[in-house]
Amino acid sequence: MALPAKLQDVVDLFATFDDQADRTNLLLSYADKYREVPPEVATRPFGSGHLVPHCESEAYVWALKQPDGTLKLHFAVENPSGISVKALAAILEGTLSGLPAAEIAEVNPELVESIFRHNISMGKGMGLMSLVQAVRSLARAAS
Amino acid sequence: MTDIAARGYAHPEVLVSTDWVAAHLDDPNVRLVESNEDTLLYSSGHLPGAVHVDWTTDLNDPLRRDYITREGFSALMSRIGATRETTVVFYGDKSNWWACYAFWVFQLFGHTNAKVMDGGRLKWEKEKRTLTRDVPTPTPTKYDAPERSDAAVRAFRDDVLKQVQAKGQLVDVRSPEEFAGTRMHMPDYPNEGALRGGHIPGAKSVPWSRAVNPEDGTFKTAAELTEIYAKANQLDSTKPTIAYCRIGERSSHSWFALRYLLGFTDVKNYDGSWTEWGNSVGLPIEK
Repeated sequence: MALPAKLQDVVDLFATFDDQADRTNLLLSYADKYREVPPEVATRPFGSGHLVPHCESEAYVWALKQPDGTLKLHFAVENPSGISVKALAAILEGTLSGLPAAEIAEVNPELVESIFRHNISMGKGMGLMSLVQAVRSLARAAS
Repeated sequence: MTDIAARGYAHPEVLVSTDWVAAHLDDPNVRLVESNEDTLLYSSGHLPGAVHVDWTTDLNDPLRRDYITREGFSALMSRIGATRETTVVFYGDKSNWWACYAFWVFQLFGHTNAKVMDGGRLKWEKEKRTLTRDVPTPTPTKYDAPERSDAAVRAFRDDVLKQVQAKGQLVDVRSPEEFAGTRMHMPDYPNEGALRGGHIPGAKSVPWSRAVNPEDGTFKTAAELTEIYAKANQLDSTKPTIAYCRIGERSSHSWFALRYLLGFTDVKNYDGSWTEWGNSVGLPIEK
């Protein structure tokens, strides 16, 4: 199934870069845009129900239903070295927030491969895919 | 954590503190090398002046399952601006898994002027010390490396089989679940293709992480390590010992602890590890 338009744009943008250094810089630019869940939504200690399984960077995710029926995503990444998770969180927040839950629930986790390619290390791939799965699960529950 | 000198290590000179590194950031005789599992980490910010050495692209042969040759190591050292006299200090993520792995590969080429920064990235970050995205451009050096010499610190499959037959010391540093054969990969990691689960017969299970303090990634004291390796698992520092894991990265960490911190006189890292042993036809396996 096709990705939501804004997310597809990001995947397409990564596809234009063949050079690994360029892709790394693009990922870092997204990681720099990462913003932690605001205190009005959640404060530490974050609830274990929001913890992303299989993610060694200890990531949390929230999906808040808006009055118009769309979802607003929030993330927290506790590991200061969790750069990849922060990058993906920023991408998902920026491209999926504001969409209907049903549309978010259909996002294919394999987009992780398209975005990270060589930058996926052994342990990271599963954690990143799991982050997308966690977003899908919350969206399914909200739809 | 106590000062490194007060921890009772056999060779304390191979371990340096974050304070020591901070004081040597501008030392022209010191080259900081960051080695990580996460390929984004170095680019996201590293110690000032540190160069990046990637465990796959820089240390492994691009085709065969083996390490780089003498020519490759000479080129690597030239690129990072190191001479035979340069003190290379490794650090990285995962409590220095890959830093110890790189340190171990450097020993295959006899670059003994090497150290590991205790605690790695985790401790440096927790202390909120400076990180930069400025990538240094060292002046290339002429480094004439010797031929790679595996014999002293590297074990191959046949060496391990002989060790099994002689009922010698083997240390399995994987997770207890991998040792028991209930899983064939680390928790939260993909299965990288071992067809059989279990462990090498006679191996003692001492997960690598037992050697470190989880809050900051520093190594435990010699007394604590002795309790874990010698007392609880009856590993004798005077007997030949082989450490293994899945591909040799976690066992590099344990190799470092056994060799330098506890002073094991003959310890080797079996980098073929479970991805070779668990796939090989006819080799003995225990569960």
